[in-house]
Amino acid sequence: MDLKDKLISSFMAFESNVDIDHPVHDVRVEAMKNFEMKGFPNKKQEAWKYTSLNSLQKVNFSIFPKEVNALEYKDVKKYFLHEMDTYKIVFVDGIYSSFLSETTHDGVDICLMSSALTKPMYKPVIDVYFNKVASNDESLTTLNTAFSREGAYIYIPKNKMPKKPVEIVHFATGNEASLMLQPRNLIVVEENAELQIIERHQSLTSNEVLTNCVTEIYAAENAIVDYYKVQNDTASSSLIDNTYINQKNKSVVKVHTFSFGGKLTRNNLNFYQNGEHIDSTMKGVTILGEKQHVDHHTLVHHIEPNCESHQDYKGIYGENSTGVFNGKIIVDKIAQKTNAFQQNNNILVSDKATINTKPQLEIFADDVKCSHGCTIGQLDEEALFYLQSRGIPKKEARALLMYAFANNVLESVRIPELKTRINKLIANKLGVSLGFDL
Amino acid sequence: MLKINNLHAGVEGNEILNGINLEVNAGEVHAIMGPNGSGKSTLAAVIAGKEEFEVTEGTVVLDGEDLEDSAPEERAHKGIFLSFQYPVEIPGVTVTNFMKTAINESRKAKGLEDMPANQMLKLIREKSELLGINRKFLSRSLNEGFSGGEKKRNEIFQMAMLEPKLAILDETDSGLDIDALRIVANGVNKLRSKDNAVIVITHYQRLLEYIVPDYVHVLHEGKIVKSGSKELAFELEEKGYDWIKNEAVV
Repeated sequence: MDLKDKLISSFMAFESNVDIDHPVHDVRVEAMKNFEMKGFPNKKQEAWKYTSLNSLQKVNFSIFPKEVNALEYKDVKKYFLHEMDTYKIVFVDGIYSSFLSETTHDGVDICLMSSALTKPMYKPVIDVYFNKVASNDESLTTLNTAFSREGAYIYIPKNKMPKKPVEIVHFATGNEASLMLQPRNLIVVEENAELQIIERHQSLTSNEVLTNCVTEIYAAENAIVDYYKVQNDTASSSLIDNTYINQKNKSVVKVHTFSFGGKLTRNNLNFYQNGEHIDSTMKGVTILGEKQHVDHHTLVHHIEPNCESHQDYKGIYGENSTGVFNGKIIVDKIAQKTNAFQQNNNILVSDKATINTKPQLEIFADDVKCSHGCTIGQLDEEALFYLQSRGIPKKEARALLMYAFANNVLESVRIPELKTRINKLIANKLGVSLGFDL
Repeated sequence: MLKINNLHAGVEGNEILNGINLEVNAGEVHAIMGPNGSGKSTLAAVIAGKEEFEVTEGTVVLDGEDLEDSAPEERAHKGIFLSFQYPVEIPGVTVTNFMKTAINESRKAKGLEDMPANQMLKLIREKSELLGINRKFLSRSLNEGFSGGEKKRNEIFQMAMLEPKLAILDETDSGLDIDALRIVANGVNKLRSKDNAVIVITHYQRLLEYIVPDYVHVLHEGKIVKSGSKELAFELEEKGYDWIKNEAVV
């Protein structure tokens, strides 16, 4: 049985464990129908031309973990940003771990999707926001919607800001030979409110894991949201990350994606600007090695006038890794005075590495500033010689140049502890230790 | 200190250096002059170990040690410094961080601990004052957006920080106005001692008015065709290179 059939038959089992009278279940059923019709995307579709899910569909994934697995904090501490205090929403094999989590209802709600989907007090928010910005066309998103039950639920009321950043961490223990996870996150940040999130998916063994994650983010007027995705999973883990962001007037949302690990990673990052004077920022650093594949698909839809979007993705591709960047910008006819900038720069450090990069601009307004640029290059030999001639060994010199290359993406990271951590991850990935942080 | 014997080198089979012989002792300043394309910059790059150039014959020996198998960084650790004709821009790395890395990598190669931060800062302050370098300049990205003069001054600042045994200044005077030239030359002179040596590569005699050489060599078609005292530089300035070329043919 292939994965699609398995998922379809699993849906019946799933239904016996959720409240089928809840209005959300109608959404699930509709989504399941959609997935049944469409199935997994394939390479014939333009958006999936360079990323194949064929081999993943042949894996016999467990759809539901058989048992609840406990983890000791000391064994997984290193995956948290433990240098600072954070709220934590932690899942182990898809199941909420109250032991590892630190949630709150103190003025803000930082808790669980399973509660939000079942408890009446959250119903008004769920009614307004659940599955409202996520796509009903994209088959993997609808698959997630069909199985949506657990994930992070964050509601930040007007004028509030949580005392500390929120970490959303998903662990896979390897108790299943191969496991499929489908977390569903809903994040609502009301007027003048602010939120910082760090998200991580981490497998703890070499058993295969496939995560198909959907996150909906709503940023109301003047809201500020910083979302950091740390993708440094094991070589047997694959991630399809679907993030949908709906922004209102004067809101500022920044998503940083750090892709260092994993086998196959697909990031679908979608911004919808439903207001004026909105700022949307997408930044990414990708550093890949042996047998790794990362595909960044971004979309910014400029729906109203006077908004900005900024995209800056840097990639360093080694060994036989493959990378994809596809940046789509749509500027509606009414969206005059739009400023949309997109930059994708890549360095290939191996003859076997590949990058496919494509800007995709659909501009219907005439008074806009849109720029895009992509480069694919190698490390500058003259610069290497320059550094070496000052006594910096070749390996460190190469690392220093790659560091420098990725540097401006880190500049906008607003959590210093995270910035230091990312610097370390980059140094680690490049196999050097440098005496300073950039 | 430095002995170059019958050095032949080139790129992809094209020979650029055609049998160079040169001996530089501690405390000396040697000027290497010559027309465009005579191989001056190639000689500098080969001494510094640039891999692009292939040494086909001859040796470069520093303090009795053949440098053939030494990587550029190893040569730097042994005390060779090349001031680049065209310093490379490295966005994202500040001058200060670059110097810290360079100094600590050299110390590491010598089995020393990292230089303590306060000592490093003191050294940076001292050397930047020597070259009249503004503090703000040190937190800028290396060479990025620097004027020609700033780049050259920054090269000499690096030299001052690294205190090399043998400094090779490749056309350090090009792109400098007279004030900047004086500051740079002054900096070089202050760093001179009986234990180190300088090779000044230049087109013009101008720089040699400030950094006075003990010997002047004229390079033509990859060979030193004439050597002499500092007066040779004045003679070249007056007559141009043609008479040397003709002499070489004869």
